[in-house]
Amino acid sequence: MSHHIVEASDLHYIYPDGTVGLNGVSFLITHGESVALVGENGAGKSTLLLHMNGYLIASQGKMRVGDYLVSPTSLNTVRRSIGMVFQNSDDQLFMPTVFEDVAFGPMNLGLEKEELERKAMEALETVGAVHLKNRPPYRLSQGEKRAVAIASVLAMSPDILVMDEPSSSLDPMSRRRLITLLKTFHHTKIIATHDLDMAMDLCERTIVLHKGRVTADGPTMKIFQEDGLLHESRLERPLSMQGCPVCGVPAPGKEDL
Amino acid sequence: MNNIAKNYLDIRYMDTLASGDTFLHRLDPRAKLITTLLFIVAVVSFDKYTISAFVPFFLYPIVLISIGGLPAGYLLKKVIQVSPFAVLIGIFNPIMDREIISHIGTIGISGGWISFLSILIRFLLTISGALILIALTGFNAVCLALSRLGVPRAFVVQLLFFYRYIFVLVDEAEKMEMARSLRSFNSRSMRFRVYISIIGHLLLRSFNRAERIYLAMRCRGFDGNIRLIRNLKAGWKDFTFVVGWTLLFAAFRMNNIPIKLGEIVMEAFK
Repeated sequence: MSHHIVEASDLHYIYPDGTVGLNGVSFLITHGESVALVGENGAGKSTLLLHMNGYLIASQGKMRVGDYLVSPTSLNTVRRSIGMVFQNSDDQLFMPTVFEDVAFGPMNLGLEKEELERKAMEALETVGAVHLKNRPPYRLSQGEKRAVAIASVLAMSPDILVMDEPSSSLDPMSRRRLITLLKTFHHTKIIATHDLDMAMDLCERTIVLHKGRVTADGPTMKIFQEDGLLHESRLERPLSMQGCPVCGVPAPGKEDL
Repeated sequence: MNNIAKNYLDIRYMDTLASGDTFLHRLDPRAKLITTLLFIVAVVSFDKYTISAFVPFFLYPIVLISIGGLPAGYLLKKVIQVSPFAVLIGIFNPIMDREIISHIGTIGISGGWISFLSILIRFLLTISGALILIALTGFNAVCLALSRLGVPRAFVVQLLFFYRYIFVLVDEAEKMEMARSLRSFNSRSMRFRVYISIIGHLLLRSFNRAERIYLAMRCRGFDGNIRLIRNLKAGWKDFTFVVGWTLLFAAFRMNNIPIKLGEIVMEAFK
């Protein structure tokens, strides 16, 4: 089996306070796919992401990453395959300098100094943040922090990139830069987001979650035209598909997209 | 920017200082740690009425601040910020120990005042020594040095997390304080109930945030072992640094140099 595959089979998860996190989630994400996970707050997106890196283990069902079933015994291997970019970059950056932060993961993988430095520099180059390498992370802008957080994950050469709200708290230019950057990656990408315009730009496939269940799974453009489904999932069409309320230009129809 | 935010950036400035590239920054963290510990031991080992013998010990922070390019004003400010602890420890000495043991002109000075001054000087020297160590080495490297010197791993990891999570706590406190002040119309008074509620929320939010940070660390392979890019390799420079300062501290400890210099000067003028 490819290292780049993520498969969930009938995942169930209930939080200790009784809240249902996942209620029978199943999907198969294959090599090189870009998949958006969308849904209202509390739909189960973050819970699902936490199952992928084994932080949460399903009470019922199976999560498979590449050749491995996610379980307490396979966590190290799974976490090498999955690179997770957190919603709040401040949670991810904790070393004194950007370079040390990016090198943190490779260091824990036990790489030799030269190899480690090469990997960290390559990752910084990929996200265009080499000039920040000696800066302390807390002095960076949100856009810079996000770029460094992505570099810190790329430095571990993951097979799959998992991102939780990557465009949140970014200004429009930083958001556009992030989208352009992510488009250049050939990893399997799983992006949990409320930014449906970004999902449209980046992901050819979308999984809609509602109350811990998958309510739709298919091509992004098709799903974003299903007004009933979007309304039921407390979502709305991306702005670029809404037409203009001022000049009266109608929303693009299926034939336009 | 509120006071919490200012102090937060102020503490993190130590990390910025530690990323310098002077001769002292490049020294092995173990060498600097051992030297600092010896310095502290030497300073605190004097008897409670010692004052003049501390003067030569100021050489250590002065030399390190000069060569390491550290901002003396910033470090002094940090020492002053924590000085109330030293004041609290020594403030009762003048009351408890009223025996006159010295004179300035005709004014008698009690042992309590002298020991109080002695505590303040020791505090100034030891705290500045510790701050200089962090500013030249970085907290993570100090933890690594502790680990390599045989301090139990559990203790070192606790220290490491303490340092990391103190920023989490301050960060959360800053946000809550901002939210409170924006709705209290610049009123500085905080009712007890609000205060208790803020502390409770702060604790819960810090738990959540700390959990997320720990998860981020685990996701990038953290297994409880501290690793740094820099390999710890002690060379002759590190050895010379430790031995040189140790000899100086021993000389300062065994001889009251200001008194001896005074005697020599007095002898010369006789």
